[in-house]
Amino acid sequence: MSYLAKPKFHHPALPENTLGYTRRDYEGAISTLCAGCGHDSITAAIVEACFELSIAPHRVAKISGIGCSSKTPTYFLGNSHGFNSVHGRMPSVLTGASLANRDLIYLGVSGDGDSASIGLGQFAHALRRGVNMVYIVENNGVYGLTKGQFSATADDGSKSKQGVVNIDKPIDLTALALQLGASYVARSFSGDKAQLVSLIKGAIEHEGAALVDVISPCVAFNNHVGSTKSYDYVREHNIAVNRLDVIVGRTPITVDYEPGKLELVQQHDGSWLRLRKLNAEYSVHDRRAAIDFLLEHEAKSEIVTGLLYVASDKDELHADLNTTDTPLNALSQKELCPGMARLEEINASLG
Amino acid sequence: MKLTDISAPDYFHKVVDCQWACPAHTPVPEYIRLIAQGRYTDAYMINWRSNVFPGILGRTCDRPCEPACRRGRVEEAPVAICRLKRVAADFKDDIRDRLPRPTAHTNGKRVALVGAGPASLTVARDLAPLGYDCTVFDGNPKAGGMIRSQIPKFRLPDSVIDEECGYILDLGVTFHSGKRIDSLKALLSEGYDAVFIGSGAPRARDLDIPGRKEAAGSVHIGLDWLASVSFGHVTSTGRRVVVIGGGNTAMDCGRSARRLGGEEVSVVVREGFDEMPAASWEKEALLNEGITISAGLAPKAFINEGGRLTGLLVEPVTTVTENGRSTFVPTGEPPRQIDCDEVVIAIGQQNAFPWIERDIGIDFDKWDMPVVAETTFASTHPKVFFGGDAARGPKNIISAVAHGHDAALSIHRLLSGEDIGERLLPHVQIESEKLGIHEWAYDSEVTLDHRFPVPSRDNKTALKDIRTEVELGYDPALALAEADRCLNCDVETVFSGPSCIECDSCVDICPMDCITFTENGEEQELRLRLRVPALNPLQDLYVADGLKTGRVMVKDEDLCLHCGLCAERCPTGAWSMQKYFIDMTHAGDTCPTRSR
Repeated sequence: MSYLAKPKFHHPALPENTLGYTRRDYEGAISTLCAGCGHDSITAAIVEACFELSIAPHRVAKISGIGCSSKTPTYFLGNSHGFNSVHGRMPSVLTGASLANRDLIYLGVSGDGDSASIGLGQFAHALRRGVNMVYIVENNGVYGLTKGQFSATADDGSKSKQGVVNIDKPIDLTALALQLGASYVARSFSGDKAQLVSLIKGAIEHEGAALVDVISPCVAFNNHVGSTKSYDYVREHNIAVNRLDVIVGRTPITVDYEPGKLELVQQHDGSWLRLRKLNAEYSVHDRRAAIDFLLEHEAKSEIVTGLLYVASDKDELHADLNTTDTPLNALSQKELCPGMARLEEINASLG
Repeated sequence: MKLTDISAPDYFHKVVDCQWACPAHTPVPEYIRLIAQGRYTDAYMINWRSNVFPGILGRTCDRPCEPACRRGRVEEAPVAICRLKRVAADFKDDIRDRLPRPTAHTNGKRVALVGAGPASLTVARDLAPLGYDCTVFDGNPKAGGMIRSQIPKFRLPDSVIDEECGYILDLGVTFHSGKRIDSLKALLSEGYDAVFIGSGAPRARDLDIPGRKEAAGSVHIGLDWLASVSFGHVTSTGRRVVVIGGGNTAMDCGRSARRLGGEEVSVVVREGFDEMPAASWEKEALLNEGITISAGLAPKAFINEGGRLTGLLVEPVTTVTENGRSTFVPTGEPPRQIDCDEVVIAIGQQNAFPWIERDIGIDFDKWDMPVVAETTFASTHPKVFFGGDAARGPKNIISAVAHGHDAALSIHRLLSGEDIGERLLPHVQIESEKLGIHEWAYDSEVTLDHRFPVPSRDNKTALKDIRTEVELGYDPALALAEADRCLNCDVETVFSGPSCIECDSCVDICPMDCITFTENGEEQELRLRLRVPALNPLQDLYVADGLKTGRVMVKDEDLCLHCGLCAERCPTGAWSMQKYFIDMTHAGDTCPTRSR
């Protein structure tokens, strides 16, 4: 952690986005996490993604649970809405907020303890309901705040800093999300910012439940030889299936690329993702094949990263529940209490 | 691009922009830190070793350091380096016990120094403690040269000149005042082992336009006039005074006239206001005293009526610059008259060596300037060296000091029987500034304060007496506040690739986006590929390898605030903040020989 305030000066040539903000305008308070924490890199990726998409900070609500990861919303988007909720309960708080005001962009930030242990039930139901959100898991495989015990995502056979070998099976949150019906599933690595920023941008643009599982090394308790979530291990075993290069907005741009190497994917809201394929066989449209692919590579101790799946049909909570288009706080007394005549109409229709 | 060799003395020296820009390479951040700590005497001694005249320069320096100051790249105004130097001089204790003692025995070598200005005095300061028998000659009654004769007392009191020249003369230097050398041949025949010529550029330019002869009694040459004012020979002027010229000397003439009875003083200059050669702070001080600057006017004639100067005829012109040369083209507007009683001409000065015989082995070039070697300041005569304005034409005090150091080194090597072209490398020291996990041996917090103005006397008091110093200097509290604006550019970010785990912490925390991890490439292309393109080619890229991914770390030195956040955020100590200190080689320094 830092004891110095980050100087307010910024590079005079720092680019501005269409709102006139620089990247620095999307920062929050200075991080109090350990120096070198992967989470800080994810924070920087979120800052970069929101800057590049020219998102107005007041249009974002960042919601988290408990843990090192859940502290990070303090460190980005200092001018956005925030809710630091109860351990493992981020998904339900987020679901409630989203139902009340569907106009905001929901950024759920959680960790492997918060999502894969105490909050696994909440994780599952928010994804299967299709809550319109970006669900980021800052996944380091250990309980960092309590000095490095294995978490539920720690790989079988992985060694702790004290030398203990983990014997439990790991929960693969991406495979679980695919099985639960999340409509955008990606995995990335905090040490590969270029990949991570694009995947977060794609997730923000996506309408529906988007999970981004980010392997984020814990420098204090899980960055040693024998760990499967260290910087070195993840770099050596990283199998990227594709690179999501750019989000091209609503109008597709045709670019000449070697056939089979480039894929333009249209999301159901009309936005386009430009994918550079690294594995020619891998398809982002096949949920079942994606699960197979993950399990196959997991068996080889490989970590699959990239955009793993994006649904072509809309599956989103507000549509499912047929809720009003207007956020609840914008509904007036007249709409909320339509009066006796309307009640009678309804009663009559039930007759 | 090639990996950076940070062990080369110049690499980090260039990052300390102020020190790099200073002709004498004074360790600026080092003494500013000492001022912040209240260690004024230590700060003074750092200056004294490097630039010999801290109190004088703290009031009068041309400040090449300030335009170079990094603060000026992130904020409007640089650190007030010059005036902080004065703080060290103002608040120091008695330093006499820290000065070298006059040597008990001379080494038997005699060195003559012509002119008692900053260049000669620097040579004497460096050589006398080594046992040389130094003799300084000057036509004026007191030492100081142009420092004493040209700089008005309201900018630089005599007491400061006396003190700092005194430190040198007290080293056992013989000073022959009132003795102008009029033959170098004769001087050489007196058997000196070496002669240093620091006689300045004493000839002022005149303005040969109609009416000049008739107006002779009321028209003065700036350089001579300032000297006469300085030595008390001129004590008054007419009510309306026009100064011709746009340099610092013209500013001094205008401000002097304002104090000697000039109620309406105006400066007439051919260039536009912004193109004038005078320093911005000199112009500002002049304007503050109610003197006007009339820019874009070329003098055409002196107007005399009844045997008396009544005005100056000027023609409006515009400046046309082509291939770096400026010409002045009439705008077509009619010439007009500026009424005045006296005119001071301050349009530049030149070298003149009527006293150097041309048949004694000293070559002169086509501009009638002596041929002087680049670093050694040797002339074509084996025993004769030049320095200051005499060597390279009119410049400034700090350049003269730098020349003096280099010439003294040459003389010392010559008289020790060594090759004068072989110079020792400067002494360089680089050491970690880390005390604890989050503690640094320097104040790394970046303040957002704007430059603090130096307190001055109000015009009413200041204009009353030409010997009343205008600037009061910073008090300790203001000095501390201004010193805190220094970014400590001498505390360097040093990177070790093999320790790096490429976690991006430094990239994310850097407030100026200076750091990029990327594939190496050609410099031009690499500069454009950084987090923020590095478009200032004068500032180096720091490129280091040793990373597991095979990428390189590239740091753009241009806008680094030296805040230390990269090092504080680094989990492995791959970044460290290390204080860099470079001490230029002076005469008598010994360290392992390596050719420069």
